[in-house]
Amino acid sequence: MAELAPNKAPETAIRGARFLLWLEAWKSFKKNKLAVVGLIIVLIFVFLAVFAPVITPEGINEQKLAERLQPPSSEHWLGTDDFGRDILSRIIHGARISLWVGFVSVIGSIVVGCFLGILAGYYGRWVDTLISRFFDIMLAFPSMLLAIAIVAVLGPSLRNALIAIAIINVPNFGRLIRSKVLSIKQEEYITAAKAIGMRDRRILFHHILPNSMAPIIVQGTLAIATAIIEAAALGFLGLGAEPPTPEWGKMLADSKDYLVQAPWTMFFPGIAIMLTVLGFNLMGDGLRDALDPRMKN
Amino acid sequence: MPKMLLEVEKMKKYFPINGGILGRKIGEVKAVDDVSFSVYEGETFGLVGESGCGKSTTGRSLLRLHEPTEGKVTFNEKEITSLSPNELRTIRRDVQMIFQDPFASLNPRQTVEKILEEPLIVHNIGTPKERKQMVSDMLDTVGLNSYHAKRYPHQFSGGQRQRIGIARALMTKPKLIIADEPVSALDVSIQSQILNLLDDLQKGFSLTYIFIAHDLGVVRHICDRVGVMYLGKIVELSSSEKLYEKALHPYTEALLSSVPIPDPTYEREHIELIGDMPSPSNPPTGCSFHTRCPQCMEICKTVQPKFEEIEEDHYVACHLFSKNEQL
Repeated sequence: MAELAPNKAPETAIRGARFLLWLEAWKSFKKNKLAVVGLIIVLIFVFLAVFAPVITPEGINEQKLAERLQPPSSEHWLGTDDFGRDILSRIIHGARISLWVGFVSVIGSIVVGCFLGILAGYYGRWVDTLISRFFDIMLAFPSMLLAIAIVAVLGPSLRNALIAIAIINVPNFGRLIRSKVLSIKQEEYITAAKAIGMRDRRILFHHILPNSMAPIIVQGTLAIATAIIEAAALGFLGLGAEPPTPEWGKMLADSKDYLVQAPWTMFFPGIAIMLTVLGFNLMGDGLRDALDPRMKN
Repeated sequence: MPKMLLEVEKMKKYFPINGGILGRKIGEVKAVDDVSFSVYEGETFGLVGESGCGKSTTGRSLLRLHEPTEGKVTFNEKEITSLSPNELRTIRRDVQMIFQDPFASLNPRQTVEKILEEPLIVHNIGTPKERKQMVSDMLDTVGLNSYHAKRYPHQFSGGQRQRIGIARALMTKPKLIIADEPVSALDVSIQSQILNLLDDLQKGFSLTYIFIAHDLGVVRHICDRVGVMYLGKIVELSSSEKLYEKALHPYTEALLSSVPIPDPTYEREHIELIGDMPSPSNPPTGCSFHTRCPQCMEICKTVQPKFEEIEEDHYVACHLFSKNEQL
């Protein structure tokens, strides 16, 4: 048998088959310079967030009224705010909050969205109608308005802002996974799984879900960026973090009265938001190209 | 007389065509229209026909991968068509399927080991350790190596993938295997290897095959009895020797005359069918083949021929051979 020529493949190559899939994706990701820049930005912010207490020069709420509204200097690299707090320290601590809100809310939306989307896509009929119309209703509202309404009901706090952001992102993931399930359930290997005598639950979690993960990872990365902006917006409106939490949106709101007097108080938190969002967006675009080559054109 | 393993009685599968503003049913595709046949233990039963004649749908309806619209399927004295979903899952241990496209029928994100282990997990066979051993034994049986177990489907050739598909079907030690064009997606050189493998496995595991194909050469090589399908109906059913020596139905004759013969000097009468197969959503009246039949008579246009035993073990649905002369 020619096709079965004794090929003594090295053991390492076999063991690394799953690893190889990711290596290929990484190689293609690496070629995309912008995506790498995005990844570096994200990594820097993750680093800042993780080691915040170690690297910040001052605490988040060390008020020195004598030093209030000072411009950037060698002592306070990014200046001080109206309470004399070091802005750099607050921004670094703020990275913790923004990334936390971004990751947790997106994971929440993915879990709920995947669950509903899979039900809708796999079972079809009235289940699909019910869930899809529910998504349509949610998408009919501007997402920010919906978030504000949810926070208004739950009461303003960082945790409730996070919940609101998670809820408004559910239909996006739900629709994405529904369409993916619709196409995957037509695949022959799903028919094969049924022919084996597999239960629906096993088909869903062992066959359909793993094959729909790539677009979810991409969409998830991009959604983190949106979630960070939304959290900042809610904070700015006074519906998110409460003082003295160094939330970036809240910092913007607090400093808007001193815009003329001390523009750095507003400038640097804004830059921080912009950079993280940019980082996640660049990384998400790169991931999309790397994980799904068909979308390149 | 060997034991009857599978009996199909008057099975129909109509797919609804939905349309209009409200998505109401506006018609139906008669993919399988009143098919009856039986399969005996240990034999290979072939189903042949052009693409779109309903042979794959027949195969899938037997397993209730498509729910048959009407009719009765009995397997091993159990009526498949009336089983509950749970009982159906149990019976699938004994009836397995091999798919046409070895590239689409394997989950790209599972290793071969996982793919082969799954039927065992689903049917609660063995401990994890025993299952590993069974997987590695099965890989040997189908001509692969046990070190292939850790690989992913995309790392194999088409022929090797089809071997994996066959191994998966065999894992639960089934009695009946429905092979849906198992070789038509493969290179000709690989086709014979797979056919020989299927033949060896049949002897080794005392299997019964339902072999769906459009290639009559392949069918002749492997099948004991053959049913010829046209537009959702079986038009002729006989042992394969009889069918190849003395086909009765004009459609079978035409099909056989299209089989290439590897001899450039050989000349024979070539029956060419004119036109396309009619749409199964709007089949012709009378005999469904009358629109293309070279020997069409008046009666064929109005009266549907009965599926009758013309001589021993040779069934035909054609007015040319009809016993009760209605002419």
